[in-house]
Amino acid sequence: MRLHNISFNNLRRRKSKLAFLIVGLTIGIATIVTLVTLTKSMSGDIERKMDEFGANILITPQQNGLAMNYGGINLGGVSFDQKEILESDLSRISTIKNGKNISAVAPKVLGGVRVAGRQVMLVGVLFDKELKLKQWWKIFGEAPKGAGELLLGSDAARVLNVMTGDPLVLKGERFRVTGVLDQTGSQDDSLVFAQLGVAQRLLGKQGRINLVEVAALCSGCPIGDMVLQIAEKLPDAKVSAIQQVVEGRLKALDQFRRFSWAMAGVVVFIGSLIVFVTMMGSVNERTTEIGVFRAIGFRKSHIMRIILLEAAVVGLLAGLLGYWTGMGGAWLALPFMAEGKLVALAWDPLVAFGSLGLSLGLALVASLYPALQASRMDPTEALRAL
Amino acid sequence: MSLIKVRDLAKSYRSGDETVEALRGVDIRIAQGEFITIMGQSGSGKSTLLSVLGGLNRPSRGTVEMAGIDLYALSGERLADFRSERLGFVFQSFNLIPYLTALENVMLPLAIRRMKGKQKIAAAREALSRVGLGAKADRLPNALSGGEQERVAIARAVVNRPHILLADEPTGNLDSKTSREMMDLFRALNQAGQTVVMVTHNPENCDYSDRTIQLKDGLVVAQG
Repeated sequence: MRLHNISFNNLRRRKSKLAFLIVGLTIGIATIVTLVTLTKSMSGDIERKMDEFGANILITPQQNGLAMNYGGINLGGVSFDQKEILESDLSRISTIKNGKNISAVAPKVLGGVRVAGRQVMLVGVLFDKELKLKQWWKIFGEAPKGAGELLLGSDAARVLNVMTGDPLVLKGERFRVTGVLDQTGSQDDSLVFAQLGVAQRLLGKQGRINLVEVAALCSGCPIGDMVLQIAEKLPDAKVSAIQQVVEGRLKALDQFRRFSWAMAGVVVFIGSLIVFVTMMGSVNERTTEIGVFRAIGFRKSHIMRIILLEAAVVGLLAGLLGYWTGMGGAWLALPFMAEGKLVALAWDPLVAFGSLGLSLGLALVASLYPALQASRMDPTEALRAL
Repeated sequence: MSLIKVRDLAKSYRSGDETVEALRGVDIRIAQGEFITIMGQSGSGKSTLLSVLGGLNRPSRGTVEMAGIDLYALSGERLADFRSERLGFVFQSFNLIPYLTALENVMLPLAIRRMKGKQKIAAAREALSRVGLGAKADRLPNALSGGEQERVAIARAVVNRPHILLADEPTGNLDSKTSREMMDLFRALNQAGQTVVMVTHNPENCDYSDRTIQLKDGLVVAQG
């Protein structure tokens, strides 16, 4: 018979109380595990979605050209009549240290052309990359697939009086408009989009491009690092982060994380309160018993050890149960949260050990005051009979 | 040679606005191997005297010397150690721990001792045998009769071979036949050398003791 036998026997023979304590704490821990795991599992997915939603790095030629605005974004020294980046240089972008974080590289060549007596801006793009980058585009018709096809912004289509399926002549070459963009509110509305190679040929800029928009996944890599890495690979280009986009995304993610932690905090507080109230009740219930312990010579520290050991057992069991219940909850909730997409459940040993440690810590902290109260109990008061 | 020397013992406590003087200058001496009963009406201070003798209730005045040690000169934790090593308690309502078996209840005072598990079990079995309950060692208290519970409580009080066995109304909750059995048991323990100090309100119990101390209004009014 040692002190731990008293704790274990008490827990073993007061199963309903043990179950109540464990359930209370398990709910708290499980909620944390579910929220943290969901946040971890989803944040990658959310980051990816957010990062794919438009560019966050801009590559322009190093020059002192005139300022120009593109899509509400200041393009700095871009000038479509001056220097260009070589298309062959683009392959170097993917060789940067954080190359795996690059989601899309969308090169563009820009130039003015006359169409039906009007000056319009022709933009050569790689449509598959551009569509990945601009997921908000809504096309009436379809994106061009062949060389003889064009996509028009809504204003361009209106001014040039063409619709999907109509022909359009650029620099004496006949094209077919396969799609018209729904109004975007950006400069895209007034542009004429063609395949990159076609635009380069029409504008006389074969193998050259004016700017590159890059969508980089922020996960695990500060965008600033990637900007430096790309700049090293392309010394003749000016590489800049679109700060407002980057900051906006980080802030949104941060808010999502904060919300999860706040939720978890509330549940943990309630869980701790359950442990505190139950342990306090248990101590009050065991007044006589504690009086007996003190009368037969148990020190205050012995009483505290008995109570805290019980709390530790409850904490460990609740931690284990809470972890597995929480992971189960996350597994069940993930398909709904991830909108049916296959997102892998994040198995993190830190969450496993963290939940166990948290549960143990909470149980001990919540039981500290009841244990102190128990140890300070006056044996004569506790026994009354004496 | 006195095992216990109580000098000018007084204990008062607050009850609402009133100060109750439970003990008002008690002087007693108890020799090694004596069986003492303390009698008195309700409120006479007998239970208070027992709790002070047991190192559970610090007196307002006076000293309690036990085997040459001034009990209340010890710090709280040293006093707890003293209780663990030198004293055994039997409470009126037995106060067995409901989730421990009879054997575990008896082993309770040994839980804080540095002894091998086997030695603890052997000591507890031996104590249970002494009170005639060796066969029911694995039963929980609620599976034992009142008399059996009392036996377990006595076994628990003597398992650490204390200098003094203190009992507070140990037959208060028992029928007369079981009471006599319990008193026989106390007497047998005493005859084996155990010093016993028992608070009782049953005059018949005094027949088993060597000496009776009569208390009235916190004072010793008769001894012998």
